[in-house]
Amino acid sequence: MTDATVAGGDKIRCDACPVMCYIKPGAAGACDRYANHNGELVRVDPHIVLEQTVSHGGRLVPFQAGGGDWDGKIVREPNVFVTAIGAGTTYPDYKPAPFIVSSEVDGVDMVTVVTEGIFSYCGVKVKIDTDRYLGPETATVRAEGEAIGHVTTSEYGSQMLSLGGVHHLTGGSKKEGRVTCDALMDLSNCKPVELTIDGGATVVVQAGYPPIVNGVAEERMRVGCGSATIGMFAKQWHGKVDEVVVVDDHITGVLSEHQAGKLLDIPDTGIKMKGRRSTPGRYFQVADPGTGWGGTNISDPLSVLGPFNPKEARPGLTMLMVSTTGEHAAYYELDEALRPIEKQMPPDLRFSVERIQENCEPALCTVLFMGGAGGSLRAGVTDNPVRLTRSVKDALTRVTSGGAPVYVWPGGGITFMVDVMQMPAGAFGYVPTPALVAPIEFTLRLSDYAALGGHMDHVRPLASLRDNTETRPMPYIPGRRA
Amino acid sequence: MKRFPQIALLPDGKRLHLQDGPIDLVIEAKGGESDVGAAYEAAARRFTGLLDELCEELVELRRAADPIRCPLKGVVARRMHAAVAPFAVDHFITPMAAVAGSVAEEILGSMLRAARLDRAYVNNGGDIALHLTGGEQFTVGLMDRPDHHGVMQTISIEADDPARGIATSGRHGRSFSLGIADAVTVLAKTASQADAAATIIANAVDLPGHPAIVRCPANELQPDSDLGARLVTRDVGAIRESEIDDALQAGVGRAQQLLAAGLIEGAALRLLGETAVVGATGIKTGVLPAFRGSTIERIAHV
Repeated sequence: MTDATVAGGDKIRCDACPVMCYIKPGAAGACDRYANHNGELVRVDPHIVLEQTVSHGGRLVPFQAGGGDWDGKIVREPNVFVTAIGAGTTYPDYKPAPFIVSSEVDGVDMVTVVTEGIFSYCGVKVKIDTDRYLGPETATVRAEGEAIGHVTTSEYGSQMLSLGGVHHLTGGSKKEGRVTCDALMDLSNCKPVELTIDGGATVVVQAGYPPIVNGVAEERMRVGCGSATIGMFAKQWHGKVDEVVVVDDHITGVLSEHQAGKLLDIPDTGIKMKGRRSTPGRYFQVADPGTGWGGTNISDPLSVLGPFNPKEARPGLTMLMVSTTGEHAAYYELDEALRPIEKQMPPDLRFSVERIQENCEPALCTVLFMGGAGGSLRAGVTDNPVRLTRSVKDALTRVTSGGAPVYVWPGGGITFMVDVMQMPAGAFGYVPTPALVAPIEFTLRLSDYAALGGHMDHVRPLASLRDNTETRPMPYIPGRRA
Repeated sequence: MKRFPQIALLPDGKRLHLQDGPIDLVIEAKGGESDVGAAYEAAARRFTGLLDELCEELVELRRAADPIRCPLKGVVARRMHAAVAPFAVDHFITPMAAVAGSVAEEILGSMLRAARLDRAYVNNGGDIALHLTGGEQFTVGLMDRPDHHGVMQTISIEADDPARGIATSGRHGRSFSLGIADAVTVLAKTASQADAAATIIANAVDLPGHPAIVRCPANELQPDSDLGARLVTRDVGAIRESEIDDALQAGVGRAQQLLAAGLIEGAALRLLGETAVVGATGIKTGVLPAFRGSTIERIAHV
């Protein structure tokens, strides 16, 4: 029933209530409920009202106007799983964990102990799919100029960073701790973070997105370097073409000289590469880095070749040039003067180029959160913390983080890793210690819970959480439950 | 046709939710069952039409307050004026700076006239009017920044403390701030006083002319803002630790003046991870339990 009158400019005057706000395009009125959308008054959230809490603009707590049932709860049926996100915690944890919920799963009375752990020793491991040079191993990684971690090993076409940990969170200056905590939380909540590496690159990392290295977004993760690509595809080229050059910023591969070519008795072609020869058929620095062929700065692949040696080369010799990702490719035949002339590529060579492309996966950043459930957190679950550890090791207790599966590292304690992309949005918080707050759930049989000294008097039936303001919506991910 | 506000119990069946236009109240009363019922009914009755009452004088309420003369008629409007008047000599301030606290106070007053309650609060978007008797107490979680989930500290108010009002102001809120504080939480004898004082102290946490602070005329964002073309803070870029301290100290100085003048009972000022506390009893500093998400809402009403 609400109408609006168009006032000066594109402002509109809302008459939803007697405040009669003038609202600019793209802005909301004083209530945050009505907004100006291209000159039209729209209700921003028809059934969700805003309850602001401790400070202005605080948490949004959705509920239905009539006091009816919630939609989009953590708790859902069937086979409900309660996550720890938003559960709060009771550190120091001599007190029982905030929610100890019992539910029936497959006819077994299960208990999920839901808590949020404060992880002051935690960190993240970042895997960046790129062949671009990010910086030397052990170099310091910085956010906002503060040291928050280091470059660790480079493995299989990806560069690993190790960030956070106790030394940066609490061992350095106050600012270092705060910046580290912010960076870890943003990375864990799948937000972009700009990192600079001493003696290396600036890279924007966001879980689930390609890395942006020195302002350039990486697109594909190469199947291997140029040399590796020769090795992988040599057999497929054998007999179809005389020479193949895989152009790559790191290591450019040449089929006839490469070990893989030798094993197939591919004869010499008289090709002459520019750049620095590493081992036979493998060349460094054929060009400068860039955004052209194979991560180099070239647009004409012939510019990495010198003249063919007339002792071995012959007119009519065929050659495929392709970049490591298969994004660029060209086919040549030598003319009478032994000059490569571009020709239409035969279909079977076209197919091999597509095969290279197919094997290059999209380059991504991935973030694993790594934390340890310390003794005090475990005490929130049971009065004999070590029994919980043993129970996890014996696989009687299943550990999850925000409902996502974790890998529990063997050895002492409960040190776990979780892929942050599998966790619901906004799963991580922090305390000014500084430390991260992450959800952790322990699921086990009610009888096992009693046996390990669980806080039986605090077990609540799942139904008691329903219609409760303590629940909040999270995306439901099928197939993931206790 | 008379408009009716939204009146409903929250799903927990205990708290009352009242909403009309931009006013959003969450109310809880503790006492005998019939007293709580009577208090909620009184709150709903008083709330009905309250927004219209305020809007009748909205033009005047959006003008700079006169330090002495009050041209306003409505009881809530006059309370708003009274709360900001002590600041009107030295600062530009309109009665709107105390609207949230004044409404909360009015509704709490109507409840207490109708029933005997052990404890009650009216939370108007973070500006809270309190009633405490006997051994009752009220615990409030202070959030670091509304866009992060983290309660940095808790404040406990006991029945024999003088504070009955709590308010928070800062640049992340729904209303604009002239300063750069992330949050300034004030305890005062009444919610309307706390509301006005929080605005003044949050405005004082500032680094005037600093290039990393992005400001914009308020009326470019909200055409009918009571702040007119005054520059309000939109963003705070990189500033040095020493500058954070400078800005906080400016706010602390203002808060100490207000404390000495008896206008506030205490304040907690927060800027970029640093906290300063002035005078307040019951503000616990140091490492605290982690409360996040919806839990904040819960502990705010302990």
